[in-house]
Amino acid sequence: MAKHTLIAYVEDVPGVLNRIASLFRRRNFNIDSLTVGRTEQPGVSRLTVVVEATEAGARIVEANLYKLVNVLRVDDLTHKPSLFRELGLVKVKVTAQTRSQVLELTEVFRARVVDVDEATLVIEVTGTPEKIGKFEMVMRPYGIVEIVRTGAVAMARGHELMSAAPPLVPTAPVADHHHDSGLSMSV
Amino acid sequence: MKLTGAEIIWECLQKEGVDVVFGYPGGAILPTYDAMTKYPKIHHVLVRHEQGATHMADGYARASGKVGVAIATSGPGATNMVTGIATAMMDSSPIVCITGQVGSKAIGTDAFQETDVTGVTLPITKHNYLVTKPGDIARAIREAFYIAKSGRPGPVLVDITKDAQQMTAEFDWEAAAPRLPGYRPSYHAPASEFARAAELINSAKRPLILAGQGILKSGTTAEVLKLAKSAGIPITTTLLGIGAIPASSEFNLGMMGMHGEAWVNQAIQQADLLIALGMRFDDRVTGNLKTYALNAKKIHVDIDPTEINKNVPVDVALIGDLREVLELIQPQVKKAEHAEWWATINASRGDAAVRDIQSLPDSGHLYAAHVINDLWRLTQKRDTIVVTDVGQHQMWEAQYFRHEKPRSLITSGGLGTMGFALPAAIGAKFACPDKDVWVVVGDGGFQMTSCELATCEQEGIKVNVAIINNSFLGMVRQWQEFFYDKRYAATPMTGPDFVKLAEAYRLKGLRCNKRSDVKSTVAQTLAAKETVVIDFVVEKEDTVFPMVPAGADLDKMIRRPKQDVMLESGSDKDWEMPSSPLPNVFAEAKAEATVLNGRGKAAKSAKKPARKAAKPARR
Ligand SMILES: Cc1cc2nc3c(=O)[nH]c(=O)nc-3n(C[C@H](O)[C@H](O)[C@H](O)COP(=O)(O)OP(=O)(O)OC[C@H]3O[C@@H](n4cnc5c(N)ncnc54)[C@H](O)[C@@H]3O)c2cc1C
Ligand SMILES: Cc1ncc(C[n+]2csc(CCOP(=O)(O)OP(=O)(O)O)c2C)c(N)n1
Ligand SMILES: [Mg+2]
Repeated sequence: MAKHTLIAYVEDVPGVLNRIASLFRRRNFNIDSLTVGRTEQPGVSRLTVVVEATEAGARIVEANLYKLVNVLRVDDLTHKPSLFRELGLVKVKVTAQTRSQVLELTEVFRARVVDVDEATLVIEVTGTPEKIGKFEMVMRPYGIVEIVRTGAVAMARGHELMSAAPPLVPTAPVADHHHDSGLSMSV
Repeated sequence: MKLTGAEIIWECLQKEGVDVVFGYPGGAILPTYDAMTKYPKIHHVLVRHEQGATHMADGYARASGKVGVAIATSGPGATNMVTGIATAMMDSSPIVCITGQVGSKAIGTDAFQETDVTGVTLPITKHNYLVTKPGDIARAIREAFYIAKSGRPGPVLVDITKDAQQMTAEFDWEAAAPRLPGYRPSYHAPASEFARAAELINSAKRPLILAGQGILKSGTTAEVLKLAKSAGIPITTTLLGIGAIPASSEFNLGMMGMHGEAWVNQAIQQADLLIALGMRFDDRVTGNLKTYALNAKKIHVDIDPTEINKNVPVDVALIGDLREVLELIQPQVKKAEHAEWWATINASRGDAAVRDIQSLPDSGHLYAAHVINDLWRLTQKRDTIVVTDVGQHQMWEAQYFRHEKPRSLITSGGLGTMGFALPAAIGAKFACPDKDVWVVVGDGGFQMTSCELATCEQEGIKVNVAIINNSFLGMVRQWQEFFYDKRYAATPMTGPDFVKLAEAYRLKGLRCNKRSDVKSTVAQTLAAKETVVIDFVVEKEDTVFPMVPAGADLDKMIRRPKQDVMLESGSDKDWEMPSSPLPNVFAEAKAEATVLNGRGKAAKSAKKPARKAAKPARR
């Protein structure tokens, strides 16, 4: 089992998130995180799903996503050169004694302070999910009051249009579709 | 052309070629019912329960290959459809369900009879729609039909608010063509995969074709037989694949799986290549996955990529429509005979003598297997569709009724829905009015949907209902017999006088409790013009053999006692048991075998001590 990061492009229609969430629950797939947002194509939303799965399991997740009528394309970025980013907001307790230590660590993580009062600091940290996990760990001894994480988003590196959103082209009823990544599922 | 949403619904159904719909009215769908009077070309069948409407649509679809249509109102009407939709989903049956919904402004307010039907049916439909504007109805219905029947078929639900039915919109059929950018009904496997598949087939010594319902869906009986004949490959079918290959074909070994033929399951375990054609390795087919067909390479042909490697890891996957795949693979397959392999199979097929119930003396008792086998003999010259319910009778039908034609058996396999048979048979009769439609149903399942007899009467249609009445929820009783120490909790079951029940519905009722009467009863039934209900009063505690206990190894079957249990007199012959070490359940069953052999009324007293004796063996 390992973490797999899948990008799914979906038609931006009511209920589509529900369909995805329902699929994961129904098929007993383990979601680590799921984020949604708009894309450069009108009417197309982009989901980043991180799942805990074996390699074969990830292929099954992918095939099941494709089976949803509103899903336009699925890319697995796990083994492609890609950028993974997450944002976290961490509210940490500080005292006169610890404040400078916390600020120092914030610096080390290239995070930034976005709110200050007499007893707490709110720190914004971006990076890979692992980095945010690390940051959380080092802040814990000072006392974390609250933490929020967005879940990971991902994008393929480079100029090839690896993970760009597909346009919403209506397809003629009888036309069949080629789908390159799912075709050879033999082992 | 400006039409109301309700009129648009009927226009679309007409354009989709629908000739019959099965439904039940109510407030939220009333505008649609009101508009129905303007569309006399579509016949509406008033059902007695919305579950019945969905099973009828399903039966219609399975018998004809066309899309079946069911209509219901919001709330309870729609939720009553859930069982039928889930049944259609599991067995990939193309149906379109149209439900009324409360007015669009009332959605979310817990309005009278409001249920989130698209939410409820989301995991049990191939796709569903909530339509709140009259202008969106035509597209939704066109897409629903297209999705239901293309690719791997399945149920699609269209939930339409009452105001959308009432308001008007421009009806433009052309403009409402499906726009489904993300929908992929079919795939084409690359040539390299075909080459690998052909190589496996050509080098196999002990190949076996596993034939599933996909053959019926793609209409490829002839193509599969051609492959089998050219490469000398034996064929076995799943429950839903029955009829895809004629029972009389020398290549057809019979059914695989939990209640399949022993020699078939043995052949699967011995095979060096399994060629799965349009079947999905259901757990009733594989038994214990850890020990399933370990000697075999596997080629899986399926139109649905999510089926590949789901239960059984395969060596070559050919994803695509079976027809196309078979056309491409056939020219690459070399001629072969596999005489040795056939000899091995035929040797274990010697069991057939045990299985042939006809060779057993008539003990005066009526046995379900006899009834069904006789029914087959008496109807084999006629064009017959059998619709079975779920339980022991379903398995005996699969074993003892020999189906020669595709779509001649309709049964709920994946969901195993009791109550399916009678309504599904009504649907099948509407699809094939010229065929005889027989219902083979248990006394339990019949009581779940027997209200649809009124539908038969009102519609003036004839289906022939054979109730296999064992006064038990027989299949569950069988599990209790084997695995719960014969504690028959909640399985003995009474019922109405089925003859009188039929008569109360102004139909014909017959009773048969002797083997010698089966023939005349069937003759009387066929001669009658109306729907006939036959109460076949059969042996109460009869058992379906062979049986692979759920999760056990496929070749470790509980076998029919050598001297059949159907004999009145007891037998001291032991059960035929697998030679490998037995799990506990078998030991228990074995200890009870002697008692079982002497079953029937006389043997009752002997049961108790035997059960006690069996207990220590279990611990
Ligand atoms: C009491 C009881 C006992 C049972 N015992 C047994 C038993 O002993 N043996 C047994 O076999 N079953 C048994 N079943 C039935 C079992 O549960 C399954 O329903 C059955 O095995 C499924 O058969 P299938 O895979 O052929 O059909 P389906 O489940 O319908 O699967 C068909 C497959 O074909 C694919 N397909 C569809 N169209 C095409 C196409 N055009 N081209 C290519 N592929 C296509 C689909 O994607 C799907 O994967 C039992 C059921 C009950 C209720
Ligand atoms: C709706 C539903 N409820 C429960 C079951 C579980 N079940 C499977 S077989 C069976 C017994 C069926 O009894 P009957 O209809 O009399 O047929 P028999 O097995 O006796 O032939 C039951 C209760 C089911 N399959 N479907
Ligand atoms: Mg019964």
